[in-house]
Amino acid sequence: MAFWIASSPHNHVQSETSSMMRMVIYATIPGIFAQWYFFGWGNLIHISLAVITALVAEFTVLSLREKNIKAQLFDGSAILTAVLLGISLPAIAPWWITVIGVSFAIIVVKQLYGGLGHNPFNPAMAAYVMLLISFPLQMTSWLPPLELMALPLKFVDTLSVIFSSFTIDGYSVEQLRTHVDGYTMATPLDTVKTNLTLGLNIAESMTSPVIGENYGVGWEWVSAGFLLGGLFLIGKKTIHWATPASFLVSIFICSLIAFLYSQDTNASTLFHWFNGACMFGAFFILTDPVSGATSIKGRIVFGALAGFLVFIIRKYGGYPDGVAFAVLICNMAAPLIDQYTRPRTYGHNISSSKAGKE
Amino acid sequence: MGSVIERIKRANFWTFHGGIHPPEQKFLTTDKPIRAVSIPEQLILPLQQHIGIAADLRVKIGDKVLKGQALTQSMHPMAVPIHAPTSGTITAIKDAVIAHPSGLSELCLFITPDGEDTWQERHICTDVSKLSHNEIIDKISSAGISGMGGAGFPTQVKISTRDKIQFLIINAAECEPYISADDLLIREHSPSILDGINILDRILSPEHILIGIENNKPEAIKVLQQATANNEKIQVCVLPTKYPTGGEKQLIQILTGQEVPSGVFPSSLGIVMQNIATCFAIADAVINDIPLIKRVVTVSGQALQKPQNVWSLLGTPVGFLLEQCGYPNKDKKHIIMGGPMMGYSLPSDQVPVVKTTNCILAPSEQEISSPYSTGTKEVECIRCGQCSDVCPSQLLPQELQWSAKAKDHQQLDKLNLFDCIECGACAYVCPSQIPLVHYYRVAKSEIRQQKQLDIKAEHAKVRFEARKERLARDKIAREEKHKAAAQARKARMNSGTSEAKTEKSAVAAALARVKAKKAQQTQGSDSVAAQTVAPPADNEQKSQVSAAIARAKAKKLAAQKNVATYKSEPENKLDDVKPTADDKKAKIAAAVAKAKARKLTEKNNDNAVDSDLAVDDNITNEAAVLASQAEAVVPANDKKAKIAAAVAKAKARKLAEKNNDNAVDSDLAVDDNITNEAAVLASQAEAVVPANDKKAKIAAAVAKAKARKLAQQQDKLAATPSEEKTNKHVKSEST
Repeated sequence: MAFWIASSPHNHVQSETSSMMRMVIYATIPGIFAQWYFFGWGNLIHISLAVITALVAEFTVLSLREKNIKAQLFDGSAILTAVLLGISLPAIAPWWITVIGVSFAIIVVKQLYGGLGHNPFNPAMAAYVMLLISFPLQMTSWLPPLELMALPLKFVDTLSVIFSSFTIDGYSVEQLRTHVDGYTMATPLDTVKTNLTLGLNIAESMTSPVIGENYGVGWEWVSAGFLLGGLFLIGKKTIHWATPASFLVSIFICSLIAFLYSQDTNASTLFHWFNGACMFGAFFILTDPVSGATSIKGRIVFGALAGFLVFIIRKYGGYPDGVAFAVLICNMAAPLIDQYTRPRTYGHNISSSKAGKE
Repeated sequence: MGSVIERIKRANFWTFHGGIHPPEQKFLTTDKPIRAVSIPEQLILPLQQHIGIAADLRVKIGDKVLKGQALTQSMHPMAVPIHAPTSGTITAIKDAVIAHPSGLSELCLFITPDGEDTWQERHICTDVSKLSHNEIIDKISSAGISGMGGAGFPTQVKISTRDKIQFLIINAAECEPYISADDLLIREHSPSILDGINILDRILSPEHILIGIENNKPEAIKVLQQATANNEKIQVCVLPTKYPTGGEKQLIQILTGQEVPSGVFPSSLGIVMQNIATCFAIADAVINDIPLIKRVVTVSGQALQKPQNVWSLLGTPVGFLLEQCGYPNKDKKHIIMGGPMMGYSLPSDQVPVVKTTNCILAPSEQEISSPYSTGTKEVECIRCGQCSDVCPSQLLPQELQWSAKAKDHQQLDKLNLFDCIECGACAYVCPSQIPLVHYYRVAKSEIRQQKQLDIKAEHAKVRFEARKERLARDKIAREEKHKAAAQARKARMNSGTSEAKTEKSAVAAALARVKAKKAQQTQGSDSVAAQTVAPPADNEQKSQVSAAIARAKAKKLAAQKNVATYKSEPENKLDDVKPTADDKKAKIAAAVAKAKARKLTEKNNDNAVDSDLAVDDNITNEAAVLASQAEAVVPANDKKAKIAAAVAKAKARKLAEKNNDNAVDSDLAVDDNITNEAAVLASQAEAVVPANDKKAKIAAAVAKAKARKLAQQQDKLAATPSEEKTNKHVKSEST
């Protein structure tokens, strides 16, 4: 006869970290679907490649560190990192971009800092920034939406471009990016930025074919997909509302002030919301609990800071989008934010209105 | 204030931060009445069943006790007595496993019931209103009532508060899953509970009485509402179900919107909280004179065939209750005392029910498959923050966890670890399945332990400082005393009374005789020694020392002979001044001298080699004195003297060892003089010790001190006082 000794509590909500990770991966589906619909197979191929690379890298490091491989390899965190990076990459970036990026994310950013729960930076964004700085050409070869492309891009073509830089028919990446009218297309954010330097105002930029009727052909739908997935996560309480809300509000306010100040040189607030990695970053990147702030107050500060930085980088920085940079800077600030946003413990520093009313 | 009551009347309560909704599982027991169980074969009563200290034992093994008889008693307010739950015999008083998270053993009384269940004499009080406040508090105190909700705080301490009480809160929330003991108690015994509440009302005279109950107990709510319908003062507050509503601080926050400041009793806010079961016990104690000897225990869990609430005598082993409720005989038993959130698993089914035991949980394996029960599935914290979202104390459990793992006690203090109520909400929701509460418990006990060590260290430091101060003080006092003694001695030496003179002449005669004898013996022994140069093995060292000393003396004296004899002339004129001849010391010295003479023969085997020694009487005497003084100590019965002698001997030996080489060498080094002097002085001191004369002792101490000083000095400065000393001896001999 034996007695089972355990520490209280004896029951548990039966949630697991891995199920949280799975939930986040599921929530990326609408956004990925939009990407596939508007930009073709590129990102799906990159995501698959990234997941495979991530598992291999994770397996290698875990075995080197003599960890429980079975439990940790499939805890979802490595796969999630891979998926997030795969989503962020240009659709027709070469295959080695993904392999280098994911290996860097898993081996350096995550495992060298101690593995799950110990990485100070968001692995996907750190890898993205590393790639952007190291391989600027490949990392800015954004594909225009399929409907605007002069050449058809099928699955095999995409596969071929990614692995050999040329389609089956021998077109290069540059040729693929060419508009029907014969000029190379950029992302809507890039277009606006470039046009401003060329002396065009926002209204003129908005006539660009890549922007289309609203905020950017394809991009707006991809953003909407991530917004949907994000709201699903908030509904499921997998992520907390505070970070995305304060991030979006912060971008909204910053861009609104700028827009009201000068409509000719500043894009609208919704243009900022539905372009680039704004929605993706708000719901899938900034909400990474490991590298973010923990208390609600802290998350609000964290999100607001990120939003402000994104706007500043988009407006004044050298890059058209700044989510990855903003996230890394905020990751650095997170411990400090946590330090100064600790909630008031019950029974401590009770304000006079709450304390003993005599 | 008025707004508080208005809000309560509108059922518009405040909320506390966080909280969780674990599966309630109360249906297992709520549909059955409280069952009375038979008396078990043995009752085990831990002496302490509450927060505070155990009362003093009033019975011994073999005593026959009656039901309700007090087994322990104490006047201390934090000590709560225990009572015999039934009549029987005390069969043992020994350590046994008790209901404790760590499965500790504590002193328990073992009672074997006689089955008669005979009450002691009871005084049933028919009219409570005739009792004074103090009488009521006395009754509650002697009935051994402590909080029955879980913490077990002594009730009489809570109700003896002098603070003006605004709210008396009756805690019937019972927020832990499974437990329905209070629910059933309310349904079946509401009149008694009301009596208890009225008694508390009389003592505390609060402005309002609030009964906090969660809305998952509709029948109990109805009963309470009916029972209190005609009492305006009492409000039954039906609260939304959320764990841990029943926590004292949380319930206060829900009902009054106030937070209890950290480290303060709620009474300072004008609030007293009592568990509803405690109210029942109070009524029983005050009206029926029934001390706290039984309570309602929810015996629940899907492993049981008949889960039910039972009236359990305190001290009933858990195994007995489980048996009554159909517990299958399993290999692996998981028994939890308390609820699934805050209870602790038991190491044995012989653990007894105590005053705070509200539930015994025997879950099936599917039912409670907590990662903390079924082997750890703990993974790294990903800082998701769900724990801080549910923490009712608004702590940061994830940060606490890191600091606890890192044993960063300072940081833990900063994060208010001790405000953690261990409700378990954080660990319940943790997706990484980290047993957070366990980490906090360990950290808390580590900090408590560290604090105790710190206190001890502080005490030791204070003690050490005090000792240092005392030693310094003693040293000064001693020096002054020595000074005074020296002056007194000088004065006496100069007195020149007739007594002193007769003493002096007697001593002189004795000394003369001794000298004569010694001279004979020395010469005799010299010749003997010349033939047999084998000193006893055990005396070898000693004799070496004395030999060395003697040789040194001989050399020195031989060298200084002229000076000494020269000096002796003027000093002889100062006969009266001679200290040794004048007082008792001199007598002792004479007596000692006799003894020496005998010893000398043995000691001076080596000395004999030196022919110079034998020739000079005075010198021989010196050596003899030195050598024998150590032995002369032995006859003295004074313990102190013996010790001093032993110390001096040891010193002498050490010195001898140090100078061993020099001693062997017939040509002594210069610093040998010093060593020898030291030995001389030390042994002189010893010789003096046996005498009971205080002054003599002081003189000895002075001599010892001097000896030490001399030993340290290495140059000729040392030689000067040593010469004086030697001369003194020479003088005394010559008289």
